[in-house]
Amino acid sequence: MLNIADFHVAYGQSEVLHGLNLSVAQNEIVAVMGRNGMGKTTLMKALMGILPTKQGSVTMNGNDITKLKSHERVAKGLAYVPQGRMIFSTMTVKENIETGLVVHGGSTVSPDIYELFPVLLEMKGRRGGNLSGGQQQQLAIARALATKPKVLLLDEPTEGIQPSIIREMARTLRRIRDERGLSIVVSEQVLSFALDVADRVLVVENGEIVHDEPRAAIDEAKVAKYLSV
Amino acid sequence: MFGDYSFSDLGSIFVMQGFAGLILFSVFVLMALGLAIIFGQMGVINMAHGEFMILGAYVTWMTSTFFQAHLPALFSIYFFIAMILAFLACGALGMFVEWAMIRHLYKRPLDTLLATWGLSLILQQLYRTVFGAREVGVELPQWMMGSWQATDSIQIPINGMLVMAITLLITLAVAYILYFSSWGRQVRAVVQNRVMADAVGINTERVDRYTFGLGCGIAGVAGSAFTMIGSTGPTSGQLYIVDTFLVVVFGGAGSLAGTIASAFTISQARSTLEFFTSGSMAQVMTLLAVVIILMLRPQGLFALKVRK
Repeated sequence: MLNIADFHVAYGQSEVLHGLNLSVAQNEIVAVMGRNGMGKTTLMKALMGILPTKQGSVTMNGNDITKLKSHERVAKGLAYVPQGRMIFSTMTVKENIETGLVVHGGSTVSPDIYELFPVLLEMKGRRGGNLSGGQQQQLAIARALATKPKVLLLDEPTEGIQPSIIREMARTLRRIRDERGLSIVVSEQVLSFALDVADRVLVVENGEIVHDEPRAAIDEAKVAKYLSV
Repeated sequence: MFGDYSFSDLGSIFVMQGFAGLILFSVFVLMALGLAIIFGQMGVINMAHGEFMILGAYVTWMTSTFFQAHLPALFSIYFFIAMILAFLACGALGMFVEWAMIRHLYKRPLDTLLATWGLSLILQQLYRTVFGAREVGVELPQWMMGSWQATDSIQIPINGMLVMAITLLITLAVAYILYFSSWGRQVRAVVQNRVMADAVGINTERVDRYTFGLGCGIAGVAGSAFTMIGSTGPTSGQLYIVDTFLVVVFGGAGSLAGTIASAFTISQARSTLEFFTSGSMAQVMTLLAVVIILMLRPQGLFALKVRK
């Protein structure tokens, strides 16, 4: 589904990702783990076209998207839930979700999005900026889903959210995958969440993938060692 | 300063000056709307906004001359056609300017300030070359002249009422577009967070171009309205640009209601004070009041409160 080959990303002269290779199958949930500063967010932003790719390629379903702008990538089926959620805070919940409809030209939010996140239906007239952190996270996911993605990118969705909601979120993400048959790439620092949600766990260190194992075979202690400072 | 007038005189003066202020208010609102939309959308301070207004005024003047010469039978409705033409001409020029110049300077706010100022000089010289340095006046059709005698001492000009009606209509249309249409949602999303708007699939470049066009188009309509209260010359736009900035800043950037409220306050204060003191004194007093209020409320009159 999503294929990343020899992926180099740099901020000016300082290269952060040094030739990443990764392919994500349809229906697969991949967790990208790693400590701060190892390139998780950079990877997400570069996949979304927010940062330019220095070298290498990204293809989706065989289509090269390396040179496309963000909104063109969205049209191709990539969706993004950024770190810190970045919802449009002065717009209402409903309007926030509706911004995701633009790309395919629809005008009404499909009811199954509200079904996934009933709390958003309850609050649909409220301003996004006045929701709690957990609700904003749900809103950001709903907004991404409104673009009808084939691949969903989530950057540290558990940041600043209480543990009970984190578990709930893992269930929701799996449900989204099962119902919609999409692929999910999630960057994470919380190991328990990654193990809850993912089919495959990667560890990024210094801009390279140093560990790649399916969920069943994973050695928790080994991954934990990568994450500890 | 009120001592020489009787109570009923004062009442009439306030009403008539208040109404004169309302026409000024209309021009301010239209100008400020365009400026506020452009500034809110892309952080560009358009120093050439006054020249866009004057382009609208010249288009109105040309339309009126054309109708007088070739279609005298339809002269009574030329103003409405002129307004539409002014909107289209200014909108098209705005979109061209955005494409040719502004979009290359988005990340450099000071450079856009200089570039648009340069543009305003270019446009002024262009007007001088094409239309001549002399100011031109527009002839109004019969039905728009004269005034409505409300009481013995109160007269309200008809063209003023028309200008206000047009302003009201355009303001409502802009409000509707911004708050209820899909395109307005896109504009507001880009205003809030450009990168994220792009990442949810909004073509931010296209939104920018049309927004700039819309802002300039509204300035063109302001120019049409302006022909009724002043004569049009190459540099007439400059007189309004400072006041318009004042309106935008005072109202709180990005707030439609704030822009309207501040345009109203400033134009009314100016117009009423002008009668009792001199024009420059009125200007000074208004400016002082605005400065003091902005010191107490730097975010402007209206600003939305949400969690950051």
